Formats: sequence, C-alpha cells, structure tokens
Amino acid sequence: MQLRSLTWPLLIIGLLALLAVPFFPQLVYSVFIMKTLCFVLFACAFNLLLGHTGILSFGHAAFFGSGAYVTGQLVKAYGVPTELGILAGGLVAALLGAVIGALAIRRSGIYLAMITLAISQLVFFFFLQAPFTGAEDGLQRIPRGTFLGVIDLNNDTALYYVVLGIVGAGLWVVWRTVNSPFGQVMRAIREHEPRAISLGYPVARYKVLVFALSAGLSGIAGSLKAIIFQLAALYDVHWHTSGDVILMTLLGGMNTVFGPAVGAAIVSTLNHYLDPFGAWVTVIIGVVFMTCVLMFRQGVVGELGKLLASRRPPTAPPDTTPHASARADSHH
Amino acid sequence: MPAKIPLRTFALSSMVLAMGAASSAMASNGFSDDVVRIGVLTDMSGIYTDLSGEAAVEAVRMAVEDFGGEVGGVPVEVIYGDHRNRADTGASRAREWYDNDGVDMINDLSNSGVALAVAAVAEERQRHAIVNSSSNIGLTNDYCSPYVTHYTYDAHSLAHGTGKSIVEDGGDTWFFLTVDFAFGIGLEEQVSEVVREAGGQVVGAARHPLDTTDFSSYALQAQASGAEIIGIASTGADAINAINALAEFGVTPGQRPAALLLWYDDIASLGLETAQGLMLTNAFYWDANDETREFSERFYERTGRMPNMAQAGNYSSTIHYLNAVEAAGSDDPDAVSEQMRELEINDFFAKGGYIRPNGRMVHDQYLWEVKAPDESEYDYDFMRLLTTIPGEEAFQPLENSSCHLLEHNQ
Amino acid sequence: MDIFGVPIQALMGQLMLGIVNGSFYAVLSLGLAIIFGVLKIVNFAHGAFFMLGAFTAFLLAQHLGANYWTTLLVAPLAVALFGMLFEWLFLRRLYGLDPIYGLLLTFSLVLVLEGGFRVAFGSSGQPFATPEALRGTLNLGFMILPMYRGFVIVAALLVCLVTWFVIERTSLGANLRAATERAELTQAFGINVPRLVTLTYGVGVGLAAFAGVLAAPIFHVNPSMGSSLVIIIFAVVVIGGLGSIMGAIVTGLGLGVVEGFTRVFYSEFSSTIVFLVMVLVLLLRPAGLFGREEG
Repeated sequence: MQLRSLTWPLLIIGLLALLAVPFFPQLVYSVFIMKTLCFVLFACAFNLLLGHTGILSFGHAAFFGSGAYVTGQLVKAYGVPTELGILAGGLVAALLGAVIGALAIRRSGIYLAMITLAISQLVFFFFLQAPFTGAEDGLQRIPRGTFLGVIDLNNDTALYYVVLGIVGAGLWVVWRTVNSPFGQVMRAIREHEPRAISLGYPVARYKVLVFALSAGLSGIAGSLKAIIFQLAALYDVHWHTSGDVILMTLLGGMNTVFGPAVGAAIVSTLNHYLDPFGAWVTVIIGVVFMTCVLMFRQGVVGELGKLLASRRPPTAPPDTTPHASARADSHH
Repeated sequence: MPAKIPLRTFALSSMVLAMGAASSAMASNGFSDDVVRIGVLTDMSGIYTDLSGEAAVEAVRMAVEDFGGEVGGVPVEVIYGDHRNRADTGASRAREWYDNDGVDMINDLSNSGVALAVAAVAEERQRHAIVNSSSNIGLTNDYCSPYVTHYTYDAHSLAHGTGKSIVEDGGDTWFFLTVDFAFGIGLEEQVSEVVREAGGQVVGAARHPLDTTDFSSYALQAQASGAEIIGIASTGADAINAINALAEFGVTPGQRPAALLLWYDDIASLGLETAQGLMLTNAFYWDANDETREFSERFYERTGRMPNMAQAGNYSSTIHYLNAVEAAGSDDPDAVSEQMRELEINDFFAKGGYIRPNGRMVHDQYLWEVKAPDESEYDYDFMRLLTTIPGEEAFQPLENSSCHLLEHNQ
Repeated sequence: MDIFGVPIQALMGQLMLGIVNGSFYAVLSLGLAIIFGVLKIVNFAHGAFFMLGAFTAFLLAQHLGANYWTTLLVAPLAVALFGMLFEWLFLRRLYGLDPIYGLLLTFSLVLVLEGGFRVAFGSSGQPFATPEALRGTLNLGFMILPMYRGFVIVAALLVCLVTWFVIERTSLGANLRAATERAELTQAFGINVPRLVTLTYGVGVGLAAFAGVLAAPIFHVNPSMGSSLVIIIFAVVVIGGLGSIMGAIVTGLGLGVVEGFTRVFYSEFSSTIVFLVMVLVLLLRPAGLFGREEG
C-alpha cells in the first residue's frame, strides 16, 4: 500500500508539471510531450488487456494505426470537425477491437497473441494497399482544424491543452475501469479463469468488452497523433508498434495502473534524446531494455513500489493489494 | 488568428511567442540569433545509414568548413538528428529545430515519408528544407513551397535518365520488378510512360512486398516475359537481392537488367562480378573528373568512404545555401529563398545548375554502366559514363508541375 | 496446359523454388520450435542469429580465407557457442516467469546485434560468392535450377532429419523430452537438466545460423536480413503446432510453396499470406496442423 499513499501527491505534481510545459519551451518541447502523451494513453489502454486481464495482444498497432488513418482521412478528405474525427477514430478502432477480440479469445496464451498478430498483419496489408493512405509516403497534411469550433489547433499551445485533456480523460477511463466491479471481474479472469466462469460471469463477453475498450482508447491515441503531426504513416500499423507498446508496458510495470505511462515516457525520452550517439542508438536502447528485464522485472513503477515497501518499518501492513507485484512471482 | 480563441490560451501563447521573440530577436546585422544553424536530419541508425547517415553530416560539415565557418560575419553551426525512418519522428524533430533551436535550414532528408512531412513543417514555419536523398516528386508538385528545395535527383530524372536512354539504345520491351510501395509503383508508371512515348512496350510487371529476400520466383517470371529489359523499380536491399537473383538464374541472352534507383554503395555491396553491365542513372560519381575526384578524396579521408550522389548533393546544396545567405546579407528565409533561385550553381556537382520556382534544382544527370571486374583498375573504380542527360530533359517540364507557386496554376 | 493463365511448366518451376524457400523456413522453424519446446521462450532473436550466421561466414571467408565448406561447419558452431553463453548468462534467469520476459530479452538482443553490426559494417551489406563447386545449373526438364539452390534443399533437409532423429530416436533426445515434461524428476534421475537446456538453446540457435550460412550466397548479407523473418518463422511454428518437431519441418516446406505460388498469382500479398493461413488454422485446428490437442 505504500506506493498508493504516494500516488496522489505524485499525480498532482505530475499534472502541475504537465500543465506548465508550454511555459518553458527551451526546457522541454511541447510537441514532444504531446507525442509522449499519445503513447502514454496507448500503453495504459493496452495494459487493460495485458496487466489487468492477463491477455497478451501482439496486434495493438492495428487499433492505434486505424485510429490515425480514420481520423486523418475523415478530417482531410471529408472536412469532418477534428473532435468528431477523433471520436470516429476511437469508435472504428473499438469496433475492430471487438471483432479481433471475439476471434482471438477463442484461444488463449501464445495462440491468442499469434491470432492478434496475424490479423493485425492483414490490417497492415489493407492500409498498405488502400489508395488513400499513400503507402510509405503516409497520409500527409492532415489539417488540425479547430476543437469544438472555437479553439484553433494550429496553435501548439492550444493543441497541447486539448491533447492533455483528452489523454487525461482517457486515463481516467482506464483508472475507473480498473477500480470498478468490472475491473474486479477482469482480475478474476486473469487470476483464475475457470473460477470466474464457475462463478457465473460471462467471461467471453467480458473479454470482448475489454478488447473493445482497450482498442478504442488505443485508437484515440493514434487519432491524436495523426492530428498533432498532421500525418498518419505505415509505421503506426506496423508490428513494430505492437512490439513497442508491449515494451513500454513492461518497462513501466504491467501490474500497476499508470506504470505503462512511465514506461511510455521512458521509451519516448530514450528515442528523443539519444540522437547524439548516432549509429549507436539502437545498441544503447537494446542494452537498456536488457538491463531492465534482468534487473527491474516489475517495471520501474513496480520496483519503486517494492523499494518503498521494503523501506518501511515492519509495523507497516504488508502489501495487501492482491494483484500488485504478485503475478510474475506466482509462477515460481 | 480568429478572435474565438479563449483569452487564457491566447495569453499563454502570446507569452510563449514573446519569449521566443526575445531569444531570436533580429540582430542589427540582419541575422537572427547571430548564428546560422543547419540541421542534418537523416537516418543515423537504420537501413539507409550508408546512403546518408553520418557521412551526410560530414558532407555538410565539410561544406561549412570550406565556406570558412561563417557567413556575413556570423558563425555557421551544424547539428544533426536521426529520424529513424519514421515520418512522425522526423516531423517532430524538424518542428523542434525550427521552433526552439533556431535551425535555419534542414538538409538531407532520406525517406520520402519523412521528406514530405518535414516539407510540410518547413512551409508552415517558413524555414528552409533541402531534400537530397529522397525521390518523391510530390515535393515539387502538390507539396511545393518557396522554402523547400529538391536538389539531387527525383523519380522523374531516374525514369527519364535510365528509361529514355535505354529505349533509344534499342531496348524497347520492358518487364518491371517493382516494390509494392508508392515509390516503386510511381517509378514504374513514370518509366512505362517514357518507354511508351519512345515507341517501346511494357509487357508486364511483378510487384513484390518490401523486404522480399528471395527474388528467384520473380526472376523466372521476368525470363518468361521475354522482355529485353528488366526494370528494377526498388532500392537498397530489395534491388540488390533482385539483381543477385537475376544474375543467379542467368538472365536469358538478349535480356538486360536496368536498375532504376541504384546507389554507388549498392554496387560496392553487390560486387562487380554480379553488378557488371548494369545501367543506372546517378547525378554524381566520384571518378567523373578532376573536380569530383578532388572533393571525393577529401571526403574519403574524413569518412573512409567515397561519396554517393546524395552526400555530394548535401555538400553542394549547403554551399549554395550559404552563398544565398551571403548574397542576401541575412538569414531571412524569404530573402534567402529569392537568392537561392537567383544564383547559379557551378561546382564539382553541377554546372549551370539553377533552382526553379517550384524548388526543383535542375542540373545534368548521367547514365552509367557498371564495369566488369577486369576493367576495374583501382579501388572504387566501378562505373563508366554512357550518356549525359541535360537537366532540362531529365527533370519534369515546368508546365507539367502542379505546384501552386507557378503562374499557370494560379 | 495452363492454370489461371500460367503454363504448368512455369508452375512446376515455382513449386521447386517454393521448396527451396521452404527449406530455409524448415531449418529456421525447427530451431525455433526446439527452443520453444524446451525453454518455453519465444526466441525473438532467431532472425538475428540467422544474420549472425551469415556474417560469421562472411568474416571467416574474408579475413581467414576459410572456404565455404569450413564456414558451413564453423559458423553455426561459433554462433551456437555465443547463443549458449547468452543463455547461461542471461536467459536462464527468466525461466519459470511469464514467457513475455524471454521475448523481451531476446528482442533486446536483436537491437544490440543488428545495431552493432550496422555500426561495424554499415547498412548496405556484403557480397558473398557462391562456392566454386556449386556454380553450375541443373536442367530439371521443366526449369534450369542453379545448382546451389538444389544443394540448399539437400543440405537443409538432411540437417532437419538428423535433428529430428536425435530428438525422437536417441537417448539424448529421450532425456531432453523427459526434461521438457518433468524437469525436476529428470534432474532426480541424475541428468543435468540446466546443461541440457543450454545445449538445446545452442542447437536451436546453431540451426538458425546454419540457415544463415546457406542463405549467404543467394540472399544479401546485411545487418537487417533477419529482422522481418522472425514473425514469419514463428507463424510457421504455430501453424505446425507448438512442440511438434515434424510439424515445424513439414509446415516450413509447405509454406515456402504456398508463398511461392502467391508470388505468381497475387504477389503483393506474398509476405502476408502466411498470417492468413495462421488465423485460419488456429481457428479451425487450435493446436496447429501437427500439434497434439491438450486440455
């Protein structure tokens, strides 16, 4: 519980820092933070499946990229207002998530992951072939437009607060979901699926719902990225992006709600600030990941929680969160 | 800016603007922030590192040093960044450079997705971008801007260089091995047009996915087509694997492969044994004349490799940009843009080169043939010149460009 | 006679080439299947070891003047040793955990290996000559096959069969299978299970490297030559049925052929077809084509 007592102060400090970002352009670049925020939402949404329901999807790029392309095309070619475009991106991704989820959950474990990977490759092929995506050139020059018809998103600062608001809302949805009766069922499925079934929960329906929710939020993350950079590109639907989000989640800690957010921030930061190392950058990132998986297996947030717990005097109650940091160890 | 913006947001942004303005206040001499900064945005760590990468950065540094390290009394600084072959990473870096780091010009820009995305940012931020290692012709058409220059080559020059010369040489039935990407398909279409215009015939095409390793199946299809020329519309590893497979399966007598975008570095990695006889259009070859040799040998000393056309273009375009800055007496983007289009380019890279209003740098292109191993007399002696294609023929006629800056489009 | 407008003779040729490609898939997926069977780890670095094999062969030939036959033997052994070191130092710390950690660690190794080779040798790759003795062509009646491609089929299938035989028909294989099913019990019988596991990883990785050396003369030797291969290979293993040695071999060959025909009829789809097959197989036959159905 120790980490939890720190959660609120940390969140408030984090939020204040995020609100202040546009005031310090020389210190940190707001467009970089916006991009990071998209991945934060993507990773936390992905973790609804991995960390909280125990389902590994290896095809989440399909949702992220679909969101980006749908929003981009609607806004660019059909002049749809930006906020509706983002909403549509999320909805299409959610729908796709429900369909892929319904197929994938007929299997479990590694087979499930492979089905999601395979279908996401088919989605990739679709976007590669579809004439409007411009293949490797990408869907370029998507207009940012205005938000709700009043806020001019061409202004980076205005866009920043809109992105912050939408990502914040998305994270709130994740947090609410995890801490709701619905989230309880998700954990029950993760810990012991047969028991959840015997308790009478329609497990399959729950899984499809989580899939759709996770996909929808991932789609919104992709949509936001399309608006920020005014482009949607093949990399967004490539399996590398599916791999990236797994990585972020594990680095941050999959047994926590906001660990993946920290993981996303770490990966973005590594990618952003390692340029001076030139060709060595890939090697360095590889070594960092290797170190993390060998030494901080609970992820940064998970390890932090463990560290805080061990520092407390023994009078403090033991870790009572049933899920936190239990999963990886339970296999021993 | 519409008045609908909420007051708070507006106050915030004007504060940011004020801060930005303070740091980049025009100095009395006409130079913003008293330094001319050039950013090389390239692939430092991925599959195109040999084509641009660190050597591209080095080429720009060399240009700046040769120029004297300063222009109009202010120092010139070179920074670099890695776009990882992702358009969003490239666009993000470009924005940050223009907005925060006072970068006046971005050079290189390999990868067409990145180039297009950065061109959009450059137009929006009204700063310069010079594309040297991407072929996308959209840069001087729908996506043109006064601040974007397409320097070394483009899909049109490749198609008209290789395609036209070969048809005129008698190779008039074609089969294409095309990478299933906008780049490959665009190139195939361009060359097909050239071939048909010149009275040739396209008998078929096979489109393969990116990163195909085994081209034997396509080699058989190409053989079965009976075409005289097998046009390879791909680049990098795909082109190399395709050429390897064609060599291995022994293109039937009377058939000849033509690589539509092959780099100098690719020939090194194919080896002359396999590559001999290939025809390719390149804007530059290190061993063309004394001037190119002089530059290339200096380049080799610094980087350990001979420059390819993009790296030579990086050097030449940087010099040209600095000349324009000097002539304008300012780094004001509009003034520089005007001078860039005004001044002629005369160096080892181009003779009588000039930049059109749509940003296209027009200069001669060359059709080369790869030598056989026993014809190669010294290290890096790879190619011989077949024809020179005058710039006016190699590049898209101005009246066909859909660039909005041109009079006929207004 | 034509099939969908393609002469049957041309199709025979494509079938042959499909088998050549399938041979690569068979060796690669066999290695991956063995590793997954024993270590329960998705060896994401399989493509990188494939590349490592090709590069080691190139370096041996370039700097030590080794001939092709020596490299075909030495390079896989060297890579296997490297793989065993990696297993012994790092990978074994992750046993018993969620398999996703093994995937992450081997993925990190890909970054290090591919990145490192790009730093050292550049991105555009190296020429590698076909061995003198295999330069000719074979006239098969329906096509002219380069002799080297024929050799690839023979060498690959030979290695696959030997591996299969060792695992299924020898006492070493029996120990291995026992260790897979009941590690502790096998250990109690006095068999050094950890060493067996290390050896298994070495064999799996060595197979990948062997495929890499086989590929060197016909595919382009460059640092990213294996990077798009790994998900296809893993799909092959899953389609064949996890844990089925024969399944991996047969499916590898079969998918090579399927892919080959796709290149004729719908070329753009040829790198995606394997995933379509995988979805269909997993939905219709959950344990793969040759896998045993379990609970």
